[in-house]
Amino acid sequence: MNTLDIFFHVLGTAVVASPVLLLAVMGLTLLFNRPLSETATVRLTQTSVLLSLIPAIAILITMLATGIRNVPIEFGNWVTIPEQAFHFHLKFTFDRLSIPFLMLSCVLCGVVGEFTRRYLHREQGFARFFLFYAIFYCGMVLSSLAGTIETLFVGWEMVGLSSALLIAYFHERENPVRNGQRVWTIYRLSDAALLIAAITMHHMVGEGDFGGLMNSGIWPEGTAAVTSSQALLVGTLLLIGAAGKSALFPFSGWLPRAMEGPTPSSAIFYGALSVHLGAYLLLRLSPLLEASLALQMMVLSLGSISAIGGALMSRVQTDVKTSLAYASLTQVGIIVVEIGLGLRYLALIHIMGHATLRTMQLLRAPTLLRDYNDLENKIGSRLQQQSWSGVGWLPKPIQRWCYRFGFDRGFMDIALDRWIAGQFVGCFLACNRMEERITRFLSREPEPNVDSDESGFDDSTPQDISTAA
Amino acid sequence: MSELHFPWIECSILVPLLGAVWLQLRSNNERALRDTVVICVATLLLTIGELVDFTMVGTFEAHDHWQFLSWIFPPDVFVIDELSAFQLPLAALIFMVIVLSTLRTKAPRFSLELALISESLVLATFSCRASWILIALLVASTIPPFLELRRRQRCTRIYCLHMGLFAALLVVGYGWLTLVDSGTTAILIPGALLTAAGLLRSGIFPLHLWMTDLFEKATFGTAILHTTPLVGAYAVMRLVLPIAPSWALQSIAVLSLFTAVYAGAMALVQSDARRMFCFLLLSQSSLILVGLELVTPTGLTGALSLWLSVAMSLTGFGITLRCIEARISRFSLDEFHGLYAQMPMLAGFFLLTGLASIGFPATIGFVGMELLIEGAVEVYPLVGTMVVIATAFCGIAVLLAYFRVFTGRENRTLVSMRARPAERFAILLLTLLLLGGGLYPQPGIASRYHAAKELTRLRHDTPPDDVPAHAASRGHSSPAANIPE
Repeated sequence: MNTLDIFFHVLGTAVVASPVLLLAVMGLTLLFNRPLSETATVRLTQTSVLLSLIPAIAILITMLATGIRNVPIEFGNWVTIPEQAFHFHLKFTFDRLSIPFLMLSCVLCGVVGEFTRRYLHREQGFARFFLFYAIFYCGMVLSSLAGTIETLFVGWEMVGLSSALLIAYFHERENPVRNGQRVWTIYRLSDAALLIAAITMHHMVGEGDFGGLMNSGIWPEGTAAVTSSQALLVGTLLLIGAAGKSALFPFSGWLPRAMEGPTPSSAIFYGALSVHLGAYLLLRLSPLLEASLALQMMVLSLGSISAIGGALMSRVQTDVKTSLAYASLTQVGIIVVEIGLGLRYLALIHIMGHATLRTMQLLRAPTLLRDYNDLENKIGSRLQQQSWSGVGWLPKPIQRWCYRFGFDRGFMDIALDRWIAGQFVGCFLACNRMEERITRFLSREPEPNVDSDESGFDDSTPQDISTAA
Repeated sequence: MSELHFPWIECSILVPLLGAVWLQLRSNNERALRDTVVICVATLLLTIGELVDFTMVGTFEAHDHWQFLSWIFPPDVFVIDELSAFQLPLAALIFMVIVLSTLRTKAPRFSLELALISESLVLATFSCRASWILIALLVASTIPPFLELRRRQRCTRIYCLHMGLFAALLVVGYGWLTLVDSGTTAILIPGALLTAAGLLRSGIFPLHLWMTDLFEKATFGTAILHTTPLVGAYAVMRLVLPIAPSWALQSIAVLSLFTAVYAGAMALVQSDARRMFCFLLLSQSSLILVGLELVTPTGLTGALSLWLSVAMSLTGFGITLRCIEARISRFSLDEFHGLYAQMPMLAGFFLLTGLASIGFPATIGFVGMELLIEGAVEVYPLVGTMVVIATAFCGIAVLLAYFRVFTGRENRTLVSMRARPAERFAILLLTLLLLGGGLYPQPGIASRYHAAKELTRLRHDTPPDDVPAHAASRGHSSPAANIPE
């Protein structure tokens, strides 16, 4: 290993270790019931972000100066069973895709961390927010730099968990909690597709390394090392995973629900980083898309439908955060179309620009009315409200349908609830009733008394209470 | 056979047994809980000593130093091998944390004597290889929950029906097995009977009603103790794995896989917290059985790793639910309880153990689950993906339960509901094990792989291409090594 390699290795380790250490400190202090003060929490977070960002910049400058385009940082096998060719390889890649995304993550996380210091000052859940934030930040760094699909999956899961918990941040109310649960459900099911894709990939190429899948080509030049049908299979699974994470059709319904969380988390997750993670995955595996025309068409269709649906829905929302959420969806849809067309650099630039703009918009959202007032005071007159006449040429019934489509959020939640969740729950509730009936029949016990008392406990007979032992 | 440096196995079996006698003689309820905790801690230390000693000896199996029970049992009845070396401290840990997290006010309702007798039986079972004594221990371990149900004057019909069938299948199957030639197809029928017994004890669909019934009618502590050590899976490992052909086991794996998905889905629609826990446990334990029945080194390694993680994490999950029940009585998951502000530590632990049970990254079950999925997909490329679906259902159920119990409304009371020091200790211990094993998994996985390899090697009917090259070169042991005389 020469000096340059050691230099890269030290800096790369710092980039990855910093968020992991932040998470460890936050987690351990809460586990041992020794929460940090607000100031200490924020300082620790800022330090951690800087300790990732500065080495990342140093790596970028060195890469530009030396002309190196790909820097793999390997920590060896986390777990290995050599005889079964099973290994969990810890490999992180710094290249033209990961470095911009990593720096974007660091900058936005730093900005949002600083914003949150004042926004949640003296809130009861301050420490809890920053713990979830640390999980998210760690997940983002791992996902951005992942050189293998297993590492990506670890980061991906951490981002998903922190998202669901932060949506339910105001947990003394039912709605945020229900929405958090809904997002988690969609994440789990789409993550299952990602995990199956990872296993399938292992079986196809014998490893989960992106380099192996792309014939070791450096992004964006790699070519897929699999056949067209294999690319279609893995790509479809990855597309489902990406659609769940980026709220693409038909999973878009969770995006406005995610706005129940505090504004900083909405900004960073659903305006900036998390919502682009699906697109990032497609970008990372974009050579795979080129191996199958059918897959490319699927990506283009999914992006187009999401973009058009997002555009329609964002125009009829009544609150600013929801409107911004659907505007994000429109842009993410367009980014996916760009990826489908093979415009990789354009898609990357689009992600960075959109994430930055959307973070700013979402962070300003709570003070939007005040901003408007300030603006109008300075202009000295009311702002002109321009009505959008994009669908004015359409017949009235279609206009009405478009309005209803947008207002009902594309009927996606309704359809998922009625045709999937409803059927599923109905089926298993029937099974449950059947099991209870058989149990009662075998026990020869009477029907249970379902009346509950006012204390809210279903069973309050002395015998039932005693089972609590 | 190699020898340990101390009679760890027999001591660890005798200490809880003598402890139960001691509790019975003293009949002092005031100090009973404290004494039980001491006995459980001593037993755990003995099993840990056993593991350390066994690791130092560095062999596949070993017996005790003196064997002072040899006047009762034949020699080498109680042995430790790579399979049981980790199960013994695990079982002792489960019993210890359950006793440790028992509130003093609830101690009279939870029979400490029966818990200690159960512990002794479980440790003896895990120390025993295929023999009539193992059959007797497996049958005997079903008695303490029965006694408790009787004492509580609850209907025992379902429990007796299932456990009676379990005992009958075991006795008939094993008796038949000793009569047939192990090298012929005649072994299939006793093998099927023993498999049915193992599946019944594990609660495989449609023979799982006894589990939901037990959780409904017994104390939560007893139900956890009777199910989380996964004695049924152990019975399959000892009695069925050495004799059953791969095709038969792999066919049964489909049934286990179906149970895993079914139970995962059922966990989502439960309104009773205990039933939800029961289905969660059922789903995860079925996944372990899937791995065991795949009989590939990868699948077996995954199953053995997952066994440790599921037993630990779901015990933690169970004790959290039990702690909450002890404070607010039995509760429904149809409504929100908003207990986070009252018990933040328990809330965090609930979430952690729940996530660990589904193999969330950085917890002890993560790599085991990856291996299991890999093994399942290797054998059944399409059906194997159902493992992922089952895990996804369980993951949704875990967070659903977390949200229902700890969030959704404000629940302010002047009575402190925070975790007591003993509960905190149990929580911290399990947390450190779950995270420690997750962050540094290589030693655990390597040890489980070695055990899986040896178990695969010992299967008398394993064709050479099923076994790793270096293991095959050592040759297979004779069938007589696995079938008792």
